[in-house]
Amino acid sequence: MTKRSEKIVLPLISVFLGFFIGSIIIIATGRSPAVMFTAMIRGISGLDIKGELPFNPRYIGEFVVQSMPIILTGLSFAFAARTGLFSIGAEGQLMAGSLAATAVALLVHAPKFIHLPLVLLAGIVAGALWGAIPGLLKAKYNVSEVVVTIMLNYVALHLNNYTILNIFGSVDRVKTAEFSETALLHSPFLESITRNSRLNWGFIPVIIALVIYSLVINKTTFGYSLRAVGFNKEAARYAGMKVNRNTVLSLTIAGAFAGLAGAIITTGTFNFGRAMSAAEGYGFDGIAVALVGGNEAIGILFSGMLFGMLKAAQPLMQSQGIPREITGIIQASIVLFVAMQFGIKMVIDKLKGHKAKPESVGEGAAT
Amino acid sequence: MSFSLLLEMIPIALMFATPIIIAALGGLFSERSGIVNIALEGTMQIGAFAAATVTVLLEPTTPGAAWIGLGVAVLAGILFSSLHAFASINLKANQTISGTALNILAGGLTVYLCQIIFHQQRTRAFSNGMQKITVPYLSDIPVLGKMLFFENYPTFFVAIGLVLLTWFLVYKTPFGLRLRACGKTPQAAASMGVSVKGMRYFGVLASGALAGLAGGVMVLTADIQYTLSSIHGTGFIAMASLVFGKWNPFGVLGAGLFFGFSTALSLYAKDIVFLAALPQEFFYLLPYVLTIIALWMFAGKYVGPKASGEIYDAGKR
Repeated sequence: MTKRSEKIVLPLISVFLGFFIGSIIIIATGRSPAVMFTAMIRGISGLDIKGELPFNPRYIGEFVVQSMPIILTGLSFAFAARTGLFSIGAEGQLMAGSLAATAVALLVHAPKFIHLPLVLLAGIVAGALWGAIPGLLKAKYNVSEVVVTIMLNYVALHLNNYTILNIFGSVDRVKTAEFSETALLHSPFLESITRNSRLNWGFIPVIIALVIYSLVINKTTFGYSLRAVGFNKEAARYAGMKVNRNTVLSLTIAGAFAGLAGAIITTGTFNFGRAMSAAEGYGFDGIAVALVGGNEAIGILFSGMLFGMLKAAQPLMQSQGIPREITGIIQASIVLFVAMQFGIKMVIDKLKGHKAKPESVGEGAAT
Repeated sequence: MSFSLLLEMIPIALMFATPIIIAALGGLFSERSGIVNIALEGTMQIGAFAAATVTVLLEPTTPGAAWIGLGVAVLAGILFSSLHAFASINLKANQTISGTALNILAGGLTVYLCQIIFHQQRTRAFSNGMQKITVPYLSDIPVLGKMLFFENYPTFFVAIGLVLLTWFLVYKTPFGLRLRACGKTPQAAASMGVSVKGMRYFGVLASGALAGLAGGVMVLTADIQYTLSSIHGTGFIAMASLVFGKWNPFGVLGAGLFFGFSTALSLYAKDIVFLAALPQEFFYLLPYVLTIIALWMFAGKYVGPKASGEIYDAGKR
């Protein structure tokens, strides 16, 4: 197989095997996998043959809403991975972004064309700062970014809860007061064409983020030097590239993507800041999205939509007796199969009759 | 802080420290053999779910149900970690990605099974869980007896026993030497006829057994049922304890006790004058912040097994 076709075929095989494992588990627990696939098809096409409406655009709206944040956390993981870093911190950066967005949404009073961009910017900056911490520790003291980002996720969670519950005049001790209209991504127009789904303008910053990611990584000197560090740190240093600076910037920018996701969830899907008992898993979703998407913008778009579709299918599956957690099981299986690429490659090449060479997974992702 | 308060706090601190110590010992076996296992957290969830489920189902009819639950937790942990072993040893998978996959899998799988078995997002609550014991004679020792041997969970003594066992196995036997060699210079170990694959399988499966046990211990002592947030990052704190403990069993014991105390402090802060003003959330995030600070302070000084996390390449020089 050529490198290029490998990048498309191997993730597809992993996705297929992941759904296969999921179906086996559904059958083993006495349910029908057909329910899951019907729910997923309904999610992307809006077709609902048994419902009162044969075509319900609400499902499409919800599917897009579910895809938006995980595409961003996917970009976040991928950006760090391109520099050879393994950031599990999107969860915490997202939370930092959502907290900052909440603060600006509540405290600033301005017309919408100033207020809303300010809210999103606050999310981006907070996420970036939260990402800069592991970046600095890694670059200056060579502290493993894996452990630090995990720890920071929990710090962000409790910091968020403390702030939300104690500072913003919270309601019922679980959420803040509602934001003013000027801070929201909500759109009555989008809601009306999708029969009152939660669809909002959040998809526009997501598309911009995808384009920026693609341009920076593929078309700029900076992106080139990031990738060089990811391929071979020592060679990049020898060639005069600033390895430490790239490490810090890479994790900072990765944090910015996740922070934006937090702002979009807070001011698009919801209209208030929330205290949470545990992280909601957008960060881990992002890891799956990036790995399946091969750390490329277009791949991340599609795999983000795939996992968004799974998430959007959860309520219907739950109502028909398949526990919603099946999506997490499928997602984890897919990631596991992506990690086992070498094995899959071996099987394919054995079928074709030549020998595979060992190679690490996920373009230079750190171990 | 009055002395009686400290006495009261110690059993609680030991209760929190026990699963951290056991899981960190698991991480020790795995990393010493050369495989990073960041799925300690997920494996603990699997163990906790298994132990809680078995305890709930057996409790009405069987004496010692909690101990059977712990046994099942160990088996479940071994089974679960064999996925990581197969992926990272046989298929040369990136160990961080494979571990992450297992962490995601554990949360989904346990809650899925809860819904199938108990028709809710969590297991049913068990009525007793692990019983506290008072050791005869030893509990009569002044001060120390009250701290360690009076109304304490027996699982703490299990943890101490495991620390000693691990120390003996890893540092005092030829087997331990070979295990450590595989984590440091696997090629050299292989040249001396040591099976690197076999040793690493042992390391990962041992980490699965211990993390499973740790999860079971945690749910049966500190909780009333298994929920998605029963483990809440303890597996990651165990990983941090391994770093503090310099990949050494006694270091791990010390680090585990330290984190156990910092968790217990959050419960008792309201009774301690100079801590009462601090918010609850401060104590929740304390262990994580301390971990980061310690990693930063000891950066470069604490170095783990050299080949840990590297994909084994028999031909490398």
